[in-house]
Amino acid sequence: MAYSDKVIDHYSNPRNVGSLDKNSPEVGTGLVGAPECGDVMKLQLKINKEGVIEDAKFKTFGCGSAIASSSLATEWVKGKTIDEAMGIKNTDIVRELNLPPIKIHCSVLAEDAIKSAIADYQKKQNVPASEEVLASQQA
Amino acid sequence: MKLPIYMDYHATTPVDPRVFEAMRPYFTEVFGNAASRNHPFGWEAEEAVEAARKQVAELIGANAKEIIFTSGATESDNLAIKGVAEMYQERGNHIITAVTEHKAILDTCKRLEKDGYRVTYLPVDKDGLIDPEEVRQAITDKTILVSIMMANNEIGVIQPIAEIGKIVRERGVIMHTDAVQAVGKLPFDVNKLNVDLVSISAHKMYGPKGVGALYVRRKNPRVQLAPIIDGGGHERGMRSGTLNVPGIVGFGKAAEIARLDMGEEVVRIERLRNKLRDGIMERIPEVFINGHPIQRLPGNLNISFAYVEGESLLMGIGDIAVSSGSACTSASLEPSYVLKALGVGEELAHSSLRFGLGRFNTDEEVEYTIEKVTEAVNKLRDLSPLWEMVQEGIDLKSITWGAH
Repeated sequence: MAYSDKVIDHYSNPRNVGSLDKNSPEVGTGLVGAPECGDVMKLQLKINKEGVIEDAKFKTFGCGSAIASSSLATEWVKGKTIDEAMGIKNTDIVRELNLPPIKIHCSVLAEDAIKSAIADYQKKQNVPASEEVLASQQA
Repeated sequence: MKLPIYMDYHATTPVDPRVFEAMRPYFTEVFGNAASRNHPFGWEAEEAVEAARKQVAELIGANAKEIIFTSGATESDNLAIKGVAEMYQERGNHIITAVTEHKAILDTCKRLEKDGYRVTYLPVDKDGLIDPEEVRQAITDKTILVSIMMANNEIGVIQPIAEIGKIVRERGVIMHTDAVQAVGKLPFDVNKLNVDLVSISAHKMYGPKGVGALYVRRKNPRVQLAPIIDGGGHERGMRSGTLNVPGIVGFGKAAEIARLDMGEEVVRIERLRNKLRDGIMERIPEVFINGHPIQRLPGNLNISFAYVEGESLLMGIGDIAVSSGSACTSASLEPSYVLKALGVGEELAHSSLRFGLGRFNTDEEVEYTIEKVTEAVNKLRDLSPLWEMVQEGIDLKSITWGAH
């Protein structure tokens, strides 16, 4: 199967690879997926007092589309507020990367990773999770 | 060295230039229908087909009359299984095969199950091997056919066919083997192996696509098949349809080359495969060979790179053509059923690559591949949260993973 240029670009030059201190109260960590399903994403967000995402890092075990989806997610969330980041939809990722139908689950996983990282941060801050986070956690 | 490098010889092989030259006149000059009995165009075509039949027969220690030409091994498998099932239905309705067979066998058996036949799918051990004793125990009074492949297309494991064939013959049951990956690459003799039906494909042995053969034993026992394609009664009535003369000529030439060059070729390809295997294993930790370490095709290396997903690895070694057992490379989103049958965990099945080396690979290509794979695995492990967790001493099994 042929990959889109954008997937190849993110795969070849992944943005924001790495880890943040998972014990820091300012850092929310999302770990989604499963090794036996062939993809696991770890997304970490450093969020300041104003609720703005200052930094984002990821590591992904998965196919090229999964790596590209998480790389793109880190690019998009940086500088956004929590509410803005919560608004990122998997369909936006699909459109940006030109993912074929069989790879849509990669974009879903990236969206889940953002929500899961924010939920982890809010838990650390003792902030009641936003409704959308709760909804995504139940899903 | 030219890029991209082809290392997927189990999928298909290029036509050997000597084969192509042999085929060339049969497209435009000697174009006759081999079934035309009353003019030289037909006679010449028939002569060429009979010469090729002899070449293919010689490669497997058979008589030329026992070779039925088909469109390829999928058709040969279908003809063997459905042909026996129909012809011997009075005698019984039970077929024995194995879980690691090619889909051409498994799907054909599933079709027969819908028609009321009973099929036993034997398991394999962790190396991918079938225990001949299990074949013996599975045979019943109703068993009409045992079909076990000679060499597996994914893991290259070679089954003890001679031993299985002996047991099957003692019980008066017909023995079929899908030998697509083995014929032309390993010594093969239908009598030493005790087999009655053998599927072969030309394009896996440097012949053209679209042509194959089924060996059908004529003596001790004489095997009869109900045809699955009806028509003009070609190929002893077992496979109607105008013969693919250029394809068959190429198949014959490919068989002849394989027979003459095999001794030297096996040694050379096995050395290249071992060089690739050792080079990878010396440079990269946490890699695992899938399938029996020794009892496998000389050109096969199926290997899992823990904590790295197969499709992303394929992307990383973009100019080397290989296959992966990862679900992401298939339409089904299921990882390889062959690796699963060996008990390879799904996470390692997702991390597997299949290298298939062949006639035209070189030392230089192998060296390049070792470097490229090492580079890609290192890069992807730096990117892998699983690798990071394992380095931190976290047991991945202690984590509750989500499902999706």
